[in-house]
Amino acid sequence: MTKRPNTKRPNRRPPIAIVAMAIIAVAVLALPLVGLLQRTPWSSLGTTLGETATLEALRVSVVVSLLAAAVSVVLGLPLAWVLARLSFRGRALVRAIVLLPMVLPPVVGGIALFFALGRKGLVGRALHDWLGIDTLIGTTAGAVIAAAFVSMPFFVITAEAGLRQLDPRLESAASTLGAGRWTVLRRITLPLLAPSLAAGATLSWARALGEFGATITFAGNHPGRTRTLPLAIAQANEAGQPEAAIAMSVLLIGVSLLILIGLRHRWIAPRTPRQQSSPESSPS
Amino acid sequence: MSIQAQVHAATGDFTIRAQLDAPAGSCTAIVGPNGAGKTTLVHVLAGLIPLQRGNVVLAGQLVDHPAQGIHVPPDRRPIALHSQHNLLFPHLSVVDNVAFGPRCAGLAARPARRRAEEWLNKVGLADLAGLRPAQLSGGQAQRVGLARAAACEPAVLLLDESLASLDAETRTDVRHLLADIDATRVLITHDPVETRVLADQLLVMERGEIVQTGTPVEVASDPRTPWTAGLLDINLLAGIAAGTEVALEGGLALTTATPMTGPVLVTFSPAAVTLSTAEPHTSARNTWQAEVARIQPESDRVRVLLGRPVPCQVWVTPQAVGELGLSTGSRCWAALKATELTVREA
Repeated sequence: MTKRPNTKRPNRRPPIAIVAMAIIAVAVLALPLVGLLQRTPWSSLGTTLGETATLEALRVSVVVSLLAAAVSVVLGLPLAWVLARLSFRGRALVRAIVLLPMVLPPVVGGIALFFALGRKGLVGRALHDWLGIDTLIGTTAGAVIAAAFVSMPFFVITAEAGLRQLDPRLESAASTLGAGRWTVLRRITLPLLAPSLAAGATLSWARALGEFGATITFAGNHPGRTRTLPLAIAQANEAGQPEAAIAMSVLLIGVSLLILIGLRHRWIAPRTPRQQSSPESSPS
Repeated sequence: MSIQAQVHAATGDFTIRAQLDAPAGSCTAIVGPNGAGKTTLVHVLAGLIPLQRGNVVLAGQLVDHPAQGIHVPPDRRPIALHSQHNLLFPHLSVVDNVAFGPRCAGLAARPARRRAEEWLNKVGLADLAGLRPAQLSGGQAQRVGLARAAACEPAVLLLDESLASLDAETRTDVRHLLADIDATRVLITHDPVETRVLADQLLVMERGEIVQTGTPVEVASDPRTPWTAGLLDINLLAGIAAGTEVALEGGLALTTATPMTGPVLVTFSPAAVTLSTAEPHTSARNTWQAEVARIQPESDRVRVLLGRPVPCQVWVTPQAVGELGLSTGSRCWAALKATELTVREA
């Protein structure tokens, strides 16, 4: 008998206390969903979802969340590059500012946006005076800004992590083969970064889709302009229309599941390169 | 001159100082211990590391002159670099990797692909064109990396240990390929055979400085530092084989244990040769009378360099030198067993 510690413990019984806690954890996460699905009026679901107000909220949600994700990508990618590739004084501070919206209560973000971009706010007044923009409050643009505020950090940290994993020597190698900066970016950096960018964009889009606090605080709750699905759900629930609230919730659960399935391929089981056969190039 | 470089550069705490002149179409081998600054020097030529002082002229183009504020980025230099890490682009197929340089040089997709296929064919990997780099073995990846740099068809081809992980047979093929390339080549290597066969000039680098320059034969016959002597601690002779007989340049014929035909390289250790004053009667298949060209005492042994008929080096003990009465210009007999010889295709 060796006294070496056995790293594999195939025959040990799993510790009951830990398994029990894990089951309770799953219950805490799953039971609300079960309760909701159990109350769902499946037969009238289609009719409820087909109502004009619901469709309108769905349209606002789609528009706002996609635009917010687009803003996150367009502004977030250069920011991620700066954070990953440049070292400068205050980089830790910049990263803290970038991450803040992830831990900040969204309603606080909404208040902050209101005082910055509102008609009397620091930036809001400048927008009014110089660009003639009356106000962002109550507009779809305002809702997009609120959603981008909370969702951009998700894109930035994912893209930054991707950039840090990318071997900068590959970019140097491309330059020693004659590739200028733009070619390196287009043919090496971005393609290698694509999985991270896709994951980051999906995450930030998902966050924007679920956004409630900052939107309602900053952009308000105006049907057809800023009333997204989460706002419409809250509205319906408070107005004593639980069927509508449940139906729209089921819709959002479905979308969330689709996002998870989409991300699973990117994260949990990264695709392996497919074997390509090219018989035309084999001389044999 | 295709390369004229006065290099004074630094990465971190490490400084290199080197001068390099290479005529167009020549091959310069840079040898030296690990950490000597060989890769740094090549990266300076490639433009990946900025020069602190000095200047670099490549194929008539002034690419580095810090005093005049000139630093041409790698992509606008007449170079291609094959790094020792290969650095194949993982998202591109093998053929697209090799076509990358030609595409950057402005070739359209189809001609670039055709040139890539030609080069893959030259390194013997045409049938792997559609694979991804992750599916290649180390040796295959190295040949793809080499083909990718060569496909740029640059004026100056920079090769950082490009043959290191190839097996003996492929190594010979690729060495032939490198010998036939028109470009001015700068090659970092650890292989004494490579330096002898490929290099027109040898640069020995140690601790960031060039300690010796010359043709491989010059350096081998007069190594200035222990490291150089160690690298070249091998006798390497070229000849023509017919069966187990190899006719060497210089008139001597050696008997080997391995039958071969055609041009070959014969290598043997300096320890494999025994010296005597009279003609030896031994089982050794090869004996010849030689002239002592030089005697070079080292710490615990003496390196005897034999001249005519073929140059080779022999290690003996200090006692043996006295007993045999060896001195420069004296004559002695050398004996070498056939089984001590390694013969390979040239």
